[in-house]
Amino acid sequence: MREKATYALGILGAIVMIWNLHHIFTQMAPESAQGMAGWILFIHVPADFMGDILYTVALVTSILFLVKKDFTYDSISVACIEVGTMFILVNLVTGSIWGKNQWGIWWTWDLRLTTQLMKFLLYLGYLVVRPAIAEATQRATMSAFIAIFAYADVPLVMMAIRLPNVRTQHPSPVIETGGINDVAVPFVVGIIAQLLMALALMLVRLHQENTRREIDSLRRELHAL
Amino acid sequence: MLAVAADRVWKYFGDYPALRGASLEVHKGACVALLGRNGAGKTTLLRILANLSRPTKGEIRASVGKSGIGYLGHGIGVYDDLSATENLILFGELMGVADPKKSAAEALERVGLGRVKDGLAREFSRGMRQRLAVARAFLHKPEILLLDEPFTSLDDRAIAVLQSLLKDALASGATIVMSTHQIREAMELATDVALLERGKVVFAGPRAGEMLSDPTWLYRTYGEPA
Amino acid sequence: MKSGLATALTIARKDLRTELRTKESINAAASFALVILVIFSFAFNLERDEFYAISGGLLWLVYSFAGALIVNRAFSRELPNDCLDVLIASPAPGWAIFLGKAVAAFLLLLLVEAISLPVFGLFYNIRWTESLGWLVLIILLATWGMTIVGSAFSAVIVNVRLRELMLPVLLYPILIPLLIAAMGGTTALFQGEPLTGENFGYIRQLIGFDAVYTALALYMIEFILVF
Repeated sequence: MREKATYALGILGAIVMIWNLHHIFTQMAPESAQGMAGWILFIHVPADFMGDILYTVALVTSILFLVKKDFTYDSISVACIEVGTMFILVNLVTGSIWGKNQWGIWWTWDLRLTTQLMKFLLYLGYLVVRPAIAEATQRATMSAFIAIFAYADVPLVMMAIRLPNVRTQHPSPVIETGGINDVAVPFVVGIIAQLLMALALMLVRLHQENTRREIDSLRRELHAL
Repeated sequence: MLAVAADRVWKYFGDYPALRGASLEVHKGACVALLGRNGAGKTTLLRILANLSRPTKGEIRASVGKSGIGYLGHGIGVYDDLSATENLILFGELMGVADPKKSAAEALERVGLGRVKDGLAREFSRGMRQRLAVARAFLHKPEILLLDEPFTSLDDRAIAVLQSLLKDALASGATIVMSTHQIREAMELATDVALLERGKVVFAGPRAGEMLSDPTWLYRTYGEPA
Repeated sequence: MKSGLATALTIARKDLRTELRTKESINAAASFALVILVIFSFAFNLERDEFYAISGGLLWLVYSFAGALIVNRAFSRELPNDCLDVLIASPAPGWAIFLGKAVAAFLLLLLVEAISLPVFGLFYNIRWTESLGWLVLIILLATWGMTIVGSAFSAVIVNVRLRELMLPVLLYPILIPLLIAAMGGTTALFQGEPLTGENFGYIRQLIGFDAVYTALALYMIEFILVF
């Protein structure tokens, strides 16, 4: 049942994404799509959105774990953060590619890119430390703590890089469009596609986390015999 | 009157239950020898009683707060870079002792470390470190003593000191819960015995004659086959 | 029964006494700071005036690297002999244990920073005695931020494998907003600008960071110590 749901969501998400790309290339006026390279924005922007949503969900489930001590919340937290970090990475890479196409440089330390890189680094700490904690309750507790500290840092980062002489503004994408409807549809559809894929990935990760805990406890039980 | 009690305590480490509904009632003035094989959950139960760990399910009831509990775990719990006196004064202050300096000096005399009171703990021999640990655990004259395998790897002088302190504590009305593999030394002092098997207390009762004469009797009668 | 703050002070005194007796982490941190100061002299070949533009950045790189060494010890010093267990089993509240350690780490790091600052001024010909008041304010605020977050993570990873490697990965991203403000403010000061008007934003950022993370750390430390 769970496997079927996972496959269904994944395939559905892939279909929606392919449909979206097809729509972008065939239906939209080239200006709306920023020339042929602009299509990547329809992956880049939703990915940022998905990353932020997943990090926020992880914050809530981390707090819930600390309060209720239910491991389901911990499993959801790690799944959200892993998948969310993947989306932020997609956001960074697609943003870099788009930037190279538009302005000729792979990277620039502007506000947006810096913020995104910061989010990636903050949660990278979570991902690196978590496997190093052997015992499950400790691992979940420490992870929740790190997730909360990381989330609190994001607004502080956004304020800090706006201090004098720190960073320059992200060149705002000037999107010449035939109308707001033209661009809105691919963005929303892009979000839906990524949401479906995110859910599929999370189901996989959740199952993996629960299985791992079960194996650990069986192993410990075996040793005690 | 109950000094400390565990009421159907479960403790999970991840999905593994180290304690599965362990219940134990310890009356004031008793000395309980907590027996059980390795992995049975003795250390886990003692840590929960000592407020080092929270039970996943179930309750702990204690007649005194943290300042009335003395804990001696596997580590000696003293700082290598402080002197014996500095260590005991520090822990005296933390445990709310009225006159830490005086209590520290008395405790050091009691365990036979009076002459080296200004020596750093790192310079002590193993036996001396163990006696310092014992001094720390008994410093604040706790009403409840929780000791995790206290006799393990003690030298003879340390064993004598510990047994003497335990007897004195019992005489002044303290309650002791002591996990041990050294059944003989423990049985001498014990008034009650409890056997922990796979996270459950399978036997709890007064120390009987058979236990004293044949230390493995309890395991054979109530425990699982080896 | 002592009050929480009195207990925190007792713990702080204990940490300071043991550290000053062995001087292990102070020596390591101060030596490391010195080495970095030297290595950085080879990193750039700048004119003296150009150098002022990166002066604040360099100083806080040095301070944050030294800081990680100091702060790592805050809880790892409790591991030998299981002393952490005894502290937690005592009536001392978790926040008081944590606060005492953070204060001790703060003072030790300030000591290392105070030693490094004149060396920095010497090697790089930076006049740091002007606007000393503002500089001290930045140093105090930023050092507190580093130690409070660092001590919290020191407690988090105290039982983790490869502790010394994990702490930088966790700590530095979180500190970036603090370091940005400290670096910017210090560079402004070294270039002769006062920290008023627009530049006061650096101080505001530091205060905001300190407030958020001091509150979070003190509130959440109980979850980390007993579970």
